[in-house]
Amino acid sequence: MNTVKREKEPLFSPKNRKLLLSPINLNNPITVQVLGICSALAVTAKMKPAFVMSVSVIVVTALANLIISLLRNGIPPRIRIIVQLVVIATLVIVVDQVLKAYVYDVSKQLSVFVGLIITNCIIMGRLEAFAMSSKPWPSLLDGIGNGIGYGIILVVVGFVRELFGSGSVWGYPVVPAGFFEMGYRNNGFMILPPMALIIIGIIIWIQRSRNKELYQEN
Amino acid sequence: MKFLRDFLDKQKPHFVKGGRFEKLHSTFDAFETFLFVPNRVTHTGAHIRDAIDMKRTMIIVVVALLPALIFGIWNVGYQHYISHGMAYDFWPMFGYGLLKVVPIIIVSYVVGLAIEFAFAQSRHHEVNEGFLVSGMLIPLVMPPDVPLWMVAISTAFAVIIGKEVFGGTGMNILNPALTARAFLFFAYPSEMSGDLIWISEKADAYSGATPLGHLLVGEVSKLPSEWAMFLGNIPGSIGETSTLAILIGAVVLIATGIGSARIMLSVVAGGLAMGLLFNLWGINDYMNIPAHYHLIMGGFAFGTVFMATDPVSAAQTTRGKYIYGFLIGMIAVLIRVFNPAYPEGMMLSILLMNVFAPLIDHYVVQSNIKKRLKRARALVKA
Repeated sequence: MNTVKREKEPLFSPKNRKLLLSPINLNNPITVQVLGICSALAVTAKMKPAFVMSVSVIVVTALANLIISLLRNGIPPRIRIIVQLVVIATLVIVVDQVLKAYVYDVSKQLSVFVGLIITNCIIMGRLEAFAMSSKPWPSLLDGIGNGIGYGIILVVVGFVRELFGSGSVWGYPVVPAGFFEMGYRNNGFMILPPMALIIIGIIIWIQRSRNKELYQEN
Repeated sequence: MKFLRDFLDKQKPHFVKGGRFEKLHSTFDAFETFLFVPNRVTHTGAHIRDAIDMKRTMIIVVVALLPALIFGIWNVGYQHYISHGMAYDFWPMFGYGLLKVVPIIIVSYVVGLAIEFAFAQSRHHEVNEGFLVSGMLIPLVMPPDVPLWMVAISTAFAVIIGKEVFGGTGMNILNPALTARAFLFFAYPSEMSGDLIWISEKADAYSGATPLGHLLVGEVSKLPSEWAMFLGNIPGSIGETSTLAILIGAVVLIATGIGSARIMLSVVAGGLAMGLLFNLWGINDYMNIPAHYHLIMGGFAFGTVFMATDPVSAAQTTRGKYIYGFLIGMIAVLIRVFNPAYPEGMMLSILLMNVFAPLIDHYVVQSNIKKRLKRARALVKA
């Protein structure tokens, strides 16, 4: 069908690099598009589950984008959503099994949220908006980029919440015992989901005030 | 007065555009308008200017808070000495309370005003005076032994997240003082609830439970007398215990027209209605206590007079105010009786209704529009 352009494009051309890097800052799925908030609130009380969740989402978005992009010319448009869901669901089940096999304790903490990756708007959004109309290699980069953009926010939120809420980082206590003797207390509000929302809000605030491109006219 | 005016006039050129301290313009402006009513007039359009402006309004609220503050200071000392089985004259108790309460007030004002000034400076706004009241309300809703650093971070949280992110004074959805208290309540539950914190440096053997604490565990017989709960010489947050002192404040607010009597009355009506409803139901001891007990226990009176009437976060329309107030009273009593995790429902019910206030106003306005349209159509037909 489309045979206009045949000359070879370098693997990491500026365009492709942009696909990979723009979701990390200026087009971040969480802070700019405000997608995937639900899991960002649910799994970020500690840093470790947040990190494992991020890796899972990166794998699923990358592979789902690649597979759908390979299949894109063979998918009848009317049933494309269900085809996409089958692909995502398969990948999520694989990821779930891998997590259960190798990091059982974290998998138990994440509980239902691994399965709920299927409903993560970021993945469906990228499939619909990008993979259905792009070649496999750019789709793969786009998937990885969006996964990383999601993951960075999760890990940052997880770090802040664990540090102030539990006094530890990655499960290791970092707040010296002397602080507690002097009257310091862990902030119980950090463990609750509302604080995750407020932290994401603060990240959005900082990001917008540093990037003029993100200013909105009202 | 004259020398003060002269002094300000002499300093003014340094702070206007191009002056030496141009950057500190809003700081200077804040102090000048604090000391003297500004003489600026609006140049365009038609405006009605009242002689009373926001700073003068806020000062009246602070004055209305003074009875509760002074009683609270005395009560902190009184409860401390009573728990140790000692009785002193007025002044030692008042002095002990001063040592406890004044640091909390200072921390609350310093932190809050520093943030307000920083934001006003960076946004080139005038410094907003809303914090004059919030800074006094925050200490009054704290337990007497609250660590000062907790006061500091809760004040910072309330001013930044509760107010400045929405655009500063007048734009906030939630009452800032209650936001500070809610933050502490959820962040440090062991320092903000239970039986141990309501009396400053309490003796171990002495029970420090508040009336609400007694009711929570079903000890109706241990409730203090009605008279004690009304006068307020019982354990509790610094400013909330004395219904009498709060009523004096209410009179000041209503007489000057600053606090809405409609809201206060409807909150009381809502609380009484819910209490009576529970009396009819009456399946446990808590439901059977006289309905008017709810008005004199815990923070109900304080919330009614000083928190629910906050002109920014309350409903604005007349009918909206009745609905808003009534629901605050009902939900407060409902939470008290039904939810064992939250002994005091007043804070949560006011915050909840703060969120709903714009919605209530919207429907009140819409129904008014509909009613008048209907009348107009009937006129056209006739």
